[in-house]
Amino acid sequence: MLGELDEVAEAEGWDELLPPTVADVMRYDGSYVAVPVNVHRVNWLWANPEVLDEAGVEMPTTLDELFEAGEAIREAGYIPLAHGGQAWQDATVFESVLLATGGTEFYQQALVDLDEAALGGETMVEALETFKRLRELMDDDMSGRDWNIATSMVIEGDAGMQLMGDWAKGEFTAAGLTAGEDYLCAAAPGTQDAFTFNIDSLAMFRVEGEEREAQQALARLALEPTFQEAFNLAKGSIPARPDLDMSEFDPCARQSLEDFQHTADAGGLVPSMAHGMAVRADVQGALFDVVTNYFNSRDMAAEEAAERMVNAAQAAL
Amino acid sequence: MSPSPSMARPADGPGARRSRAGTLHAWLPKLVLAPSVAISLFFVYGFMLWTFILSLTNSRMLPSYEFVGFAQYARLMTNDRWWVASSNLVVFGGLFVAICLVLGLLLAILLDQRIRQEGALRTVYLYPMALSFIVTGVVWKWLLNPGLGIQAMVRGWGFEEFRFDWLVDPDMAVYTLVIAAVWQASGFVMALFLAGLRGIDDSILKAAQLDGASLPRVYWRVVIPCLRPVVFSAVMILSHIAIKSFDLVVALTGGGPGYATDLPATFMYTHAFTRAQVGLGSASAMLMLGGVLAILIPYLYSELRSRRHG
Repeated sequence: MLGELDEVAEAEGWDELLPPTVADVMRYDGSYVAVPVNVHRVNWLWANPEVLDEAGVEMPTTLDELFEAGEAIREAGYIPLAHGGQAWQDATVFESVLLATGGTEFYQQALVDLDEAALGGETMVEALETFKRLRELMDDDMSGRDWNIATSMVIEGDAGMQLMGDWAKGEFTAAGLTAGEDYLCAAAPGTQDAFTFNIDSLAMFRVEGEEREAQQALARLALEPTFQEAFNLAKGSIPARPDLDMSEFDPCARQSLEDFQHTADAGGLVPSMAHGMAVRADVQGALFDVVTNYFNSRDMAAEEAAERMVNAAQAAL
Repeated sequence: MSPSPSMARPADGPGARRSRAGTLHAWLPKLVLAPSVAISLFFVYGFMLWTFILSLTNSRMLPSYEFVGFAQYARLMTNDRWWVASSNLVVFGGLFVAICLVLGLLLAILLDQRIRQEGALRTVYLYPMALSFIVTGVVWKWLLNPGLGIQAMVRGWGFEEFRFDWLVDPDMAVYTLVIAAVWQASGFVMALFLAGLRGIDDSILKAAQLDGASLPRVYWRVVIPCLRPVVFSAVMILSHIAIKSFDLVVALTGGGPGYATDLPATFMYTHAFTRAQVGLGSASAMLMLGGVLAILIPYLYSELRSRRHG
């Protein structure tokens, strides 16, 4: 059903242009079928510097520091962590915690390869427990809240921090804030050496004749620097090709690109499970169910949740 | 689908102008109805059949016709979330229908006491029905939000210990659906009962009073039994609203916390349209259809039977 774009890919040298992990996502049976337009980083922590100052804490860089900072922020009278209780947001926070707990290799085994030993193992239980502890840093009213409402809590200074992908930047920008001054960004605590990506791409259907020519031209143009720069400045993400001049972008985007290149070389670049990059939609849905049910349940043990994850992965095979 | 050509073609032929007009007259109702019959045959019954066929296949994102028997139904039976959704429907449907009936009857009886401004009051109670469930859902979402609505207000009055956080409590959230749905539909049930009350012959009531029955007793033994057909229609209407409930859940709780307030309709939507499990979604849709039929068939049966008798 999808048309292949190998000619354009070869002429434009996509193999060299794109990081291998990104290129893999764009291929089906070895042929390019889609062209990436951007790269979102999911494992970000956003913070309001005034709240952090008042609580006397720095941007946390490990999970322990996150909990310590959270306590201090609560004592200063703010909500430590803004969150919205929706399944995908729960999963977004969970995958960052899992990444911080087990590292990229474990993340790859558990959430990409759906390895049973990893899904049901001790590291998973530890990640689940830490994830559940984060609830203590959140407010009681979060259930059903949209992510941008949570972001606005950070903007307004009601909450200190939020774990959310880089689309949150759109909200900060729209509020007229400047990155690095009015709001802070950093990799989610404990995931400095990792980058969970969420790529938006244009998948192309199989067409013939003139339409095909137009299609190939579109595919070529979508990766051109002009488009990539204009599109990503507006969207908050970074270009899918790492070789562009980033002087127009804000510090968060520049750090994102730097980490993207660094992790692409060092092997910390992993697909986001919460955003449909890692596993099929039905597996993703089943994992969402487990994560959100565990997060909201009062009495489910982490071991049981881990077991359910194994079942979810199996049932979907 | 277009109406069959033989139906659409006017009777041709020389002469017999009169009989042609007669034929046309006889055929006109059928002709006019044909498109809508054809359309509902195709889009309602045709798609029902298609959904059933899909529920027997291993369809994922797009329909496929690789048949797997009743495997999707078996998967559904082992799915935790489906059971949460089904038991929620029993709780929600049962409470919603029961409370609406009681409240509706009570309001109707109170309004029937020849009070002043009845018309205005009736409109007040009936108005929620004019809103869509989405509006109801959003309004109640704000009212029930502990940090924003009723709880925050009462705490603001000085009752610091007051708690009303059902919306964010996985065990209680399903009852918030009942609250919102009852608020919306009980006025409508009231209108049904009011019409029923007005239809009761005054002489029966007078006879009962002459016999010395007290007012509560008149209502309990005479009026309410007379309202049986209304109760029946009200139950039918309310229970199919309950089974189809989708928009209220989406607007009020989004199915959360977790998936604690999932109903079969939201389950079906999630699996068929966002999780690329068309087969499983179709199977759940067929079970919902079964639920609707279980209510509808006895209703139709009794309707048809009573008509024959009457």
